[in-house]
Amino acid sequence: MLMPHGPSLEPAEPLVAEGKTFTGNRGLECEEGLIFEIGRIENTGVDLEEPPPFSERLGGLERKTPLRLPGLSEPEAVRHFVRLSRQNYAIDLGIYPLGSCTMKHNPRLNEAMARLPGLAEIHPLQPQSSVQGALELIAGLARWLAILTGMEAVAMAPRAGAHGEICGLMVIKAAMAARGEAQGRRIVLVPESAHGTNPASAAGVDFEVRSVPARADGILDPVAVKEGLGPDVAALMLTNPNTCGLFEKQIVEIADLVHAAGAYFYCDGANFNAILGKVRPGDLGVDAMHINLHKTFSTPHGGGGPGAGPVVLSGRLAPFAPVPFLRREKDQWRLVENLGEAPNSFGRIAAFHGQFGLFVRAYAYMLSHGGDGLRRAAEDAVLNANYVRAGLKDLMSEPFGDRSCMHEVLFDETWLKPFGLSALDFAKAMIDEGFHPMTVYFPLVVHGAMLIEPTETESKASLDLFIAALRDLALAVRRGETKRFEAAPKWAPRRRLDETRAARNPVLKWVNPAG
Amino acid sequence: MRYLPLNDEDRALMLARIGVKDIAELFADIPPDKRLEQALDLPCHKGEMEVERQFSALAAQNIAAGSVPFFIGAGAYRHHIPASVDHLIQRSEFLTSYTPYQPEISQGTLQALFEFQSEVAELTAMEIANASLYDGSTATVEAAAMARRITGRRKAIVSGGLHPHYAETLQTYAAMAGVDLLRLAPDVVATESLAERIDQETACVIVQSPDFFGHLRDHSKLAESCRAKGALLVAVFTEAVAFGLIEPPGTLGADIVAGEGQSIGNRLNFGGPYLGLFAARAQYLRQMPGRICGETLDRDGRRSFTLTLSTREQHIRREKATSNICTNSGLASLAFTIHLSLLGSAGLRRLARINHANAVDLAERLAAVPGVTILNKTFFNEFTLRIKGDASELVERMAEAGILAGVPVSRLLPGQGLEEFLLVASTEVNTDADRAAYAKTLQGVISC
Repeated sequence: MLMPHGPSLEPAEPLVAEGKTFTGNRGLECEEGLIFEIGRIENTGVDLEEPPPFSERLGGLERKTPLRLPGLSEPEAVRHFVRLSRQNYAIDLGIYPLGSCTMKHNPRLNEAMARLPGLAEIHPLQPQSSVQGALELIAGLARWLAILTGMEAVAMAPRAGAHGEICGLMVIKAAMAARGEAQGRRIVLVPESAHGTNPASAAGVDFEVRSVPARADGILDPVAVKEGLGPDVAALMLTNPNTCGLFEKQIVEIADLVHAAGAYFYCDGANFNAILGKVRPGDLGVDAMHINLHKTFSTPHGGGGPGAGPVVLSGRLAPFAPVPFLRREKDQWRLVENLGEAPNSFGRIAAFHGQFGLFVRAYAYMLSHGGDGLRRAAEDAVLNANYVRAGLKDLMSEPFGDRSCMHEVLFDETWLKPFGLSALDFAKAMIDEGFHPMTVYFPLVVHGAMLIEPTETESKASLDLFIAALRDLALAVRRGETKRFEAAPKWAPRRRLDETRAARNPVLKWVNPAG
Repeated sequence: MRYLPLNDEDRALMLARIGVKDIAELFADIPPDKRLEQALDLPCHKGEMEVERQFSALAAQNIAAGSVPFFIGAGAYRHHIPASVDHLIQRSEFLTSYTPYQPEISQGTLQALFEFQSEVAELTAMEIANASLYDGSTATVEAAAMARRITGRRKAIVSGGLHPHYAETLQTYAAMAGVDLLRLAPDVVATESLAERIDQETACVIVQSPDFFGHLRDHSKLAESCRAKGALLVAVFTEAVAFGLIEPPGTLGADIVAGEGQSIGNRLNFGGPYLGLFAARAQYLRQMPGRICGETLDRDGRRSFTLTLSTREQHIRREKATSNICTNSGLASLAFTIHLSLLGSAGLRRLARINHANAVDLAERLAAVPGVTILNKTFFNEFTLRIKGDASELVERMAEAGILAGVPVSRLLPGQGLEEFLLVASTEVNTDADRAAYAKTLQGVISC
């Protein structure tokens, strides 16, 4: 089976002279066709016995529509997906310094625990008497989250950070409604530096977004917040530490202003990893905050998910939490699943009880670290980011001047511009050096942002190599070696892609060339 | 601490390089009166063995599906997953990578997503599919929101056969976003009439097949009624394996399809993480929520894959995005793709037939138990029983007798006079002996 973009069987030209190979492979790096090109519709890699004859109960709805799914034998499937995997960068291969994404090591103990049959093979609607261990685990995780954040209650249902934002805003809306102010307070204040999910979530819950400008030093100005506040404002959404890697040092003043105006303070907890055990959001005046278990508590990102986004709530908001939630009754845990038993709850935001498989991993992470280890993790994360900053700040430009950062350090492309290069060019050159690039072009509030988050699980040796490599690249920029950057990446499985073609002419599934 | 590579010597050297005297200086922006000077009142770090012991003790308090005859479904299904699936999704390069923002070094994830989208489109007989959402319930909410954007109308009609958790989730979102939601009463015997409720304000009608009570529904006439009134048909499912045997929603006229993909490749996990499947007609592409992977070429003309059409998404469009979704169900979609690649059409068709055969066999055995009625004329691998008495009590007593017998309908739909109904599912994991034990135990429990 040859791939449509692969070679013909007879090499027609002197391949080696052009630096090409017959197969398109380069040593360990293999080209791989799609399952539709490898598998065959009549094949299967799962041995199943045809059932004995029986009278079906399909009411004439038996599938007549063709089903053209290729089947692969196990050796073919294993090879296919292993070959694909080798075209990916991963934390297990090297530093993955995506700012705001918190790509830290994923302990394998957590994977093992999540696969214990008593935790993986249980159904969400089993009798509650048969899942007391699972409920105990959820309660334990919630207790840790409440203690770490200094908050009253935890809503475990949200499926990811953005879903947590929706949950938090719904709680706020319900609290406003209970005060009789649902109609009057339709505005949510969102700083310019916020994650895109913040305004999108606010719009999803039918709030209007009012943008708050950042100050020249990268943090939010209480004066600007005050100007944005009014009797029409329901909440402020603020990330702290913020997306520029800075702690909002006037956060208490801001919280007081928000509360004085009758609004609630929602904190985007995406960067909670920087302050674990160092300060509790509840002490800073936060009313609701989601926690990305897949960032701070290291459940694997899995190429885009799944995540989990529990929301911690202050005492004022706790009564409005969604179902389900746990209650302790007669030495047993009981899930309260129905609104009839929770009159103040704003409702249900998804089926079942939350991302349990990720709760297991996050809880294993917490128990392994302990209160002491979590605090140490936050300190090392901040230390590592500042160490990278110290190693690069003389060559790269900092949008907010020479100041220390929290868990991530923000540079921008100002220093690249005189050489005709962009943040993207620099990022692609990092790929050739064997690194995943930093986050580029986010936060939007900084033009050509380059946000580096090394995390606490990088060793000093790893950081030293990373810094040295970036310094070498920076010096190449300064020497005017622009071609090296424009041509990058050269050594990756693919060179730069034609993104315009992908969007203009969307090809979103395999189409059989034979029709 | 085994996960932290720095030692005190490293830390001292690094602090010196940074030019601060201690770590506290780096946290100086935290208001002094709010700083925690000592560790919180939490247990100290633990070694692997101690953590394992603690989790094993928790796991031991639960009854695992594999340890007893198990017949629970209601939106989450236990199937056999080939060993290679879990092995492959634990490849470091899949497990520990991020959303593929840098396509040159993410082709593995991207090609798998392209294969996933192709499989979902083929399975549901729809033209396009996205790269996954959180789960079936939130996918249903996204489908309703998409229908609202497409039609500019605010009303959604929800079938009484929709999974109650999905319907409640829709209700919550609708109440928050000012959508007019008409949720019909639980439709235990699949006799509701939806077509006459469609009016000029209706954005969509949301139906499920196989529905919550197990009935198979032919939506094709309803689809015509929707089209005649300018409304969209949203077809929901919770058991993807069914489409190896029954007509898919695309063939029955669905405009948008939202479903739960857990049952292919993913374990029960006590309810999550699961896998939101989402597909639609191609004309609605620009209104789709979530990530979409597309094919293109790289500079050397090689076929490549990339996330595309991101101008729909929150990181570009912010409050004008089609959805706020960012993280999705990447690894669960990979498990789905691998499992379905192993099955292929031939394997999926046979798997689906086995499921149906097992369920038919169980239904026949249970129908023979005095005092038990099967409500369904049609079903795939799950059906509704009616017993005399409270199904919740029955389930507890069956559990005491070592059988997880199903889900009492009143657990999800309390206070509606549905106490006598029990949902029962049977998949390929149930043996003949399991089904015989169910019938025998049920007879014993009912008669005493």
